[in-house]
Amino acid sequence: MIHSLFLINNAGDLFLEKHWKSVISRSICDYFFEAREKAVEPDNVPPVIRTPHHYLINIYREKIFFVSVIQTEVPPLFVIEFLHRVAETFQDYFGECSETTIKDNVVIVYELLEEMLDNGFPLATESNILKELIRPPTILRSMVNTITGSSNVGETLPTGQLSNIPWRRAGVKYTNNEAYFDVVEEIDAILDKSGTTVFAEIQGVIDACVKLSGMPDLTLSFMNPRLLDDVSFHPCVRYKRWESERVISFIPPDGNFQLMSYHISAQNLVAIPIYVKQNISFFETGSSGRLDITVGPKQTMGKTVECLVVTVHMPKVVLSANLSATQGTYNYDPVTKILLWDIGKLNPQKLPNLKGSLSLQSGAPKPEENPSLNIDLKIQQFAISGLKVNRLDMYGEKYKPFKGVKYVTKAGKFQVRT
Amino acid sequence: MLLSVTGEIFELKAELNNEKKEKRKEAVKKVIAAMTVGKDVSSLFPDVVNCMQTDNLELKKLVYLYLMNYAKSQPDMAIMAVNSFVKDCEDPNPLIRALAVRTMGCIRVDKITEYLCEPLRKCLKDEDPYVRKTAAVCVAKLHDINAQMVEDQGFLDSLRDLIADSNPMVVANAVAALSEISESHPNSNLLDLNPQNINKLLTALNECTEWGQIFILDCLSNYNPKDEREAQSICERVTPRLSHANSAVVLSAVKVLMKFLELLPKDSDYYNTLLKKLSPPLVTLLSGEPEVQYVALRNINLIVQKRPEILKQEIKVFFVKYNDPIYVKLEKLDIMIRLASHANIAQVLAELKEYATEVDVDFVRKAVRAIGRCAIKVEQSAERCVSTLLDLIQTKVNYVVQEAIVVIRDIFRKYPNKYESIIATLCENLDSLDEPDARAAMIWIVGEYAERIDNADELLESFLEGFHDESTQVQLTLLTAIVKLFLKKPSETQELVQQVLSLATQDSDNPDLRDRGYIYWRLLSTDPVTAKEVVLSEKPLISEETDLIEPTLLDELICHIGSLASVYHKPPNAFVEGSHGIHHNCILMLIVYNTGHYCPSGDLLGDLLNLDLGPPVNVPQGSSMQIGAVDLLGGGLDSLLGGDLGGGVGGSPAVGQNFIPSSVPNTFAPSPTPAALSSGLNDLFELSSGMSIATGGYVASKTVSITGHYVHMFYCLYFFCCVFSFGVIPTTPLAMHTPLMPSQSIDISLPLNTIGPVMKMDPLNNLQVAVKNNIDVFYFSTLIPLSVFFVEDGKMERQVFLATWKDIPNENELQYQIKDCHLNADTVSGKLQNNNIYTIAKRNVEGQDMLYQSLKLTNGIWILAELRIQPGNPNYTLSLKCRAPEVSQYVYQMYDAILKN
Repeated sequence: MIHSLFLINNAGDLFLEKHWKSVISRSICDYFFEAREKAVEPDNVPPVIRTPHHYLINIYREKIFFVSVIQTEVPPLFVIEFLHRVAETFQDYFGECSETTIKDNVVIVYELLEEMLDNGFPLATESNILKELIRPPTILRSMVNTITGSSNVGETLPTGQLSNIPWRRAGVKYTNNEAYFDVVEEIDAILDKSGTTVFAEIQGVIDACVKLSGMPDLTLSFMNPRLLDDVSFHPCVRYKRWESERVISFIPPDGNFQLMSYHISAQNLVAIPIYVKQNISFFETGSSGRLDITVGPKQTMGKTVECLVVTVHMPKVVLSANLSATQGTYNYDPVTKILLWDIGKLNPQKLPNLKGSLSLQSGAPKPEENPSLNIDLKIQQFAISGLKVNRLDMYGEKYKPFKGVKYVTKAGKFQVRT
Repeated sequence: MLLSVTGEIFELKAELNNEKKEKRKEAVKKVIAAMTVGKDVSSLFPDVVNCMQTDNLELKKLVYLYLMNYAKSQPDMAIMAVNSFVKDCEDPNPLIRALAVRTMGCIRVDKITEYLCEPLRKCLKDEDPYVRKTAAVCVAKLHDINAQMVEDQGFLDSLRDLIADSNPMVVANAVAALSEISESHPNSNLLDLNPQNINKLLTALNECTEWGQIFILDCLSNYNPKDEREAQSICERVTPRLSHANSAVVLSAVKVLMKFLELLPKDSDYYNTLLKKLSPPLVTLLSGEPEVQYVALRNINLIVQKRPEILKQEIKVFFVKYNDPIYVKLEKLDIMIRLASHANIAQVLAELKEYATEVDVDFVRKAVRAIGRCAIKVEQSAERCVSTLLDLIQTKVNYVVQEAIVVIRDIFRKYPNKYESIIATLCENLDSLDEPDARAAMIWIVGEYAERIDNADELLESFLEGFHDESTQVQLTLLTAIVKLFLKKPSETQELVQQVLSLATQDSDNPDLRDRGYIYWRLLSTDPVTAKEVVLSEKPLISEETDLIEPTLLDELICHIGSLASVYHKPPNAFVEGSHGIHHNCILMLIVYNTGHYCPSGDLLGDLLNLDLGPPVNVPQGSSMQIGAVDLLGGGLDSLLGGDLGGGVGGSPAVGQNFIPSSVPNTFAPSPTPAALSSGLNDLFELSSGMSIATGGYVASKTVSITGHYVHMFYCLYFFCCVFSFGVIPTTPLAMHTPLMPSQSIDISLPLNTIGPVMKMDPLNNLQVAVKNNIDVFYFSTLIPLSVFFVEDGKMERQVFLATWKDIPNENELQYQIKDCHLNADTVSGKLQNNNIYTIAKRNVEGQDMLYQSLKLTNGIWILAELRIQPGNPNYTLSLKCRAPEVSQYVYQMYDAILKN
C-alpha cells in the first residue's frame, strides 16, 4: 500500500513528508527530480517512476507535486485517485491547495494525512467524516479555541464510518432546507482548419448542494434520460434503480458533492455553439506574418455566448503582435508566446474580429509548426446536450424543501487547428 | 543553524513540562510541526511521552503521531508507552480503542510487538465494527514487523474469519490486509476463495467504501469460477461498478470482467452485452486527470490487443489534444495505430499528418513513424501513407524528413518494387540527413534500388568521403550498399567497390567492419555468382506489427489490469520486491544484458530482484553457506561492472594467472549447445555456449557465440556469469561495445573462476542467462556439462578410497546402467582419465572387470565409483557413492556422455 508521501513545489523544494510505514529517506526523491528535469515542463513528468526498490507515483496539482512511494504491487490508479483526494481535501479545508496554506496549517495537514491513511490503507477520505474528526480552520474558531481552550479535533466517534451510508452524518439540521443542482456541460472538441469537427464530445457533471435535515431520500428524474448511456455515479446512487427505471435515487451526502458525471460522445448530439474563421500566415521573407480571426455563433439555440476568450499559442519566433480588435481586448505575452483575446459577450449582429500583423525575430526562418487556437466560452441556462431535469422528489422527511436546477455550458478542451 | 535548532529544542522541552495543560498541548503541536518539516526532535521523546496520559483526545492523537515517528529510534523509551496503549484498548470509547490499536501497530519496535498481541486479539473480536476494521489493518502492520509471530499467534486465521463479518467495511479491510500479507507469501493460499466467500465479498462490494471495493474486486479477479454460470453471475454483480466515479474501482471491475469473459460462451447474448458495456467506462477514464488517463491508456493498450472489438468504434477519443501531457500523447498515438483499420485509416492519417506539424520533437517523430506503421499494417492505405510522407518531406523540417526516410525504408521492405517512383524525391534530401538512422536508411534504399537510380554511384560515393567519421551502422550499410551496387552495375563501379573494401579492411579499427569487408572481398574475388546469390538474395518481408505483446504474456497481463505490471507491460512477478520469498533455486551463470524487449522468463527476474544488495543472506535450504548477494536490477550495470559480485571478484590476484585456456589436453569439449532462448516472438538472436576446463581445476573458460537474426543491431552486450552450485563467476565482467549485425556471430571467451558465492541449484548444472542491450532483457537457460567441474587432483589414495567407500552410508550408493558401450576396460580408463576421472584400482572378478574410480569437484566434493564391465555385454553397471548423493545423477550423465563420445 502507500508507503510515504512527499510534497514538492515547482522549484523542486521538498516541503512536507509523511510516512505511513517505516521512514523512507527523502533521497528517494532524487529519482523524481531526475525525471522532473528530463520532462522540462512540470506537466510532462511521467506519473509512474520506477526506482530500484520502490515505485514513485505522482500527480501534479496546483503547482505542487504529490509524490507517493510504494513498495508492493498496488494498483497505480488507486494511488493516483487517493492523491487527488488528498489535494481536494486540502482545497476543501484551506480554501486553496498551495504551498503556503499547507505550510500554514502543517499540523492539520499532518492530522488529515494520518486520518486518511492507516498503514497505507485508506481510512477516512469522505470530507463529511474528516470534518467530524478534524474541524477545518476558521478565523473565528481559532480565536474561540485560544479563549476557551477547545481543540479542532472532534471528540466523538465518526458515526458515519459505521453506518451503511458512510457519506452522510446523522442528525443533520437546517432551518432552511434546500437542494440545488447544477448541470454543467463542457464541450471537448477539435475543429480542423476548415471548421469541420474532427472530434467532439460532452463531459457533463451534475454538482449538488444539498442542505436537508434528517435522512432525506431523493429521486431525480430526467425528461430525456436516454441521452445518458455512459455515466459515473457518486457511491450514494442506487445503481439498480437507474438500470431499471432510469431515475437517480439516493440519500445525499450533506453539503456539496458531485452527484454524477456523464459523457456524451455521439457526434450528432454534440452541437458546436460557435464557428471560428481564422487565417494565420507567415511570410517566407520579411520576418512577419498576418493574423485574422472572426468568431460567430453557430448552434446556440438562441442563447447568448458569454465569456468568450480566444487563446493562440504562437510559434517561438513571434516577437510581437500589432492587431486591432473590433470587440474586447487582446494581449500578447512575448515570454509565454500566448496571444489572449478576451471578447466577452458574442453579439450575433456584429461579429468580433481581430486582425493585424505579427512580427517575427529578424532572420529567423518561417515557423515550422502551426499555432492552434483554444476557445473558452460560457452559455448560461443551457445544457448543450439538451439534458433536462424533470423533477426532484423527496421521501423519508416531512418538511418541504426548496429545490432548484441550474444549467451551464462551457468550453472544455476546445481547440481549433490552423 | 545547529545552534538555533538546539535553542529551539531547549525551549520546547521547557514548554512540554509546563504545568498548564494548554501550554503542553501547544508545545506538542510545535514539536509535530518541526517533525513534519524534517527537523530532528527525537531528543524530546521522554517529555512528549509524559504528555500521553491525558483525556484530551487531540493531545493524545498528537502524542501518538509523535510516537509513531520516533519510537524506532528510542525503543527503550517506547516501552514506557506500552501500558498506556493497553489501557486505551480497554477504553469505553470505541474511537479511543481504535486509535490505540492503530497506533500500536505503527510503532515498529520489535520489543514492543509481543505486548501488543493480547490487546490486538481482543480488538479483532471487539463489538464495535470500527475497532474490528482497524484491528484487521493492524494485523498487516504486525506482519510487516514480525511475520512469524503473526502466524504463531493465529492472527491470520482471525483475519480469515473477518471475511465473514457482518460489516462490509470490516470485510473490505480484512481482504486488503490479507492481500498485502500474501504479497510476501506468494505460494501460501491465504485467501481461500470458495463460492461462499465469494458471495460474502460480492455482498460487501455493494456497501463498502470505494477503496474497499478496489481491494475486493482485485481479490475477486483471483478467483476461478467453477462454471460459466457462476462466472456470469459474478459478472452481473460486478458490472454496476463500471459506473463508479472512482477510476480505480472502474479499472478493477474491468479487470474482473475481462478475465471472466474468457469463461463465457462466445455466442451467448450475455457475452455480447458485456462486451458492449465495457466500452463506455474505458472512454470515460480518458476524461479524467492526465495521470488517470496515462494509467488507463496503458491498460487500454492491452485491452485493444486482446479484444480490439471493444474500442474499435472509439478511435476518436484517442485523438491527441495539443495540451495533453507528452506521456498521454505518446500512449494515445500507440493505441491509434493499434486501432487503425481500413475503415478509419483516412481519419487516422489526417490526424497523424496534423501531429507531424506540432512542436514537441519526440511526438512529431513518433507521429511520422506511426504513418509508416499504418502503411505496413493497412495495405490499402500504403499509397496514401507514402504520399503523406512525401508531403511531410516537402516541409523540409529536418527531423521530420529524417524520420520519414527511416519509415519509408520499412515500407520498401514490406512492399518491394512498388513505390520506387519516390526515390528521386528522397534523393533530393540527401544532404540534410545528419542522423545515423536516416543516413543508413537512405544508403540502404540507394543500394537496394541501385539499378534504377542513375547516379547511384555518385550518391554513394558522396557518403564515402567522410567514411571514418560515420557511425558503425552507417559504415556497415554503406559497405553492403556499394557491394550491391557493384553486383548490379559491375562495369562502372569497380573503383568504388575497391575503395570501400580497402577503407573497411585496411583503415578501420572496427573488427565487425573489417570482417564484413573481408567476407565480401573474398566472395567477390572467388565466386561472383554466389556473391550475387548471397548479397542480393530475397529478403524476408517485415512483419506487420513488431511490437505486439506475446499472447501468453498478454493473457497474464489482462489478469493484472490496473496493476503496476499492466503499466509496465511486464510480467507481474517480474519487478515488485518481496513478491517472492527467498527461493533461489536457480543457477545463475551468465548474464548478458540487452534492453528494450520484455523478459519472457519472469521467475528468474523475480529471483534476481530478491537477491538483495547488502549483507549476505542465509540460504534457507538447510545449507549453512552464505551467498554474497548481487543486486542486479538495483544497481544496474554499474554494480555488475563494479566490485559487487559477491565480494569475491574484484582484486583477486590469482585470477589472471590461473587462466590458461589453451593448456587443456584432451578435455571433454562438447559441441556448443544452443541455449534455449525462451522468447515466443521473433528470435532476435541466438546464443550458444561451450565450456572447457582449465588444468587449474577451478578455472574454466567460456566461449559464447551470438548470432543476430534480426534487422536490429545489438549494442553494448554485457556478460556476467556465475554458477552458484559451484560458485563460478567471471573473473571480470564482459562488455561488448561493438554492435552485432544480423546473422553475425561473435565468439567471446570469458574467463571464469569458482570463488564466487555458492548456492544449490536444480538442476545442478543449470545455466541461466540474462541479456540486456538496446532492445531489451533476454533470458536463456541451458545445461552445462558437469565435467568442467572435475578437478585434476581427483585421484584418491587406495587406502583412503577403501576407508571412504566404507564410511559413506549404503543408502548413498546409487546404481546406473550405461547402455550400448563397446569399449574395453583400458580404453574406458583412458577416456575417463582425460576428463579427470581417475582409476585407482582394477580387479577381475568372475570374468568381469571392476574399475574403482574417484573424482573431485571444484567445491571439494568427492565421488567414488565402481564400474563393472562384462566382456561381451555392452551394458555397464555404474555404482556411485558420494556424501552428496544428489550429484550422482549428473556424474552418471557425464560418464554416459564421455564413454559414448
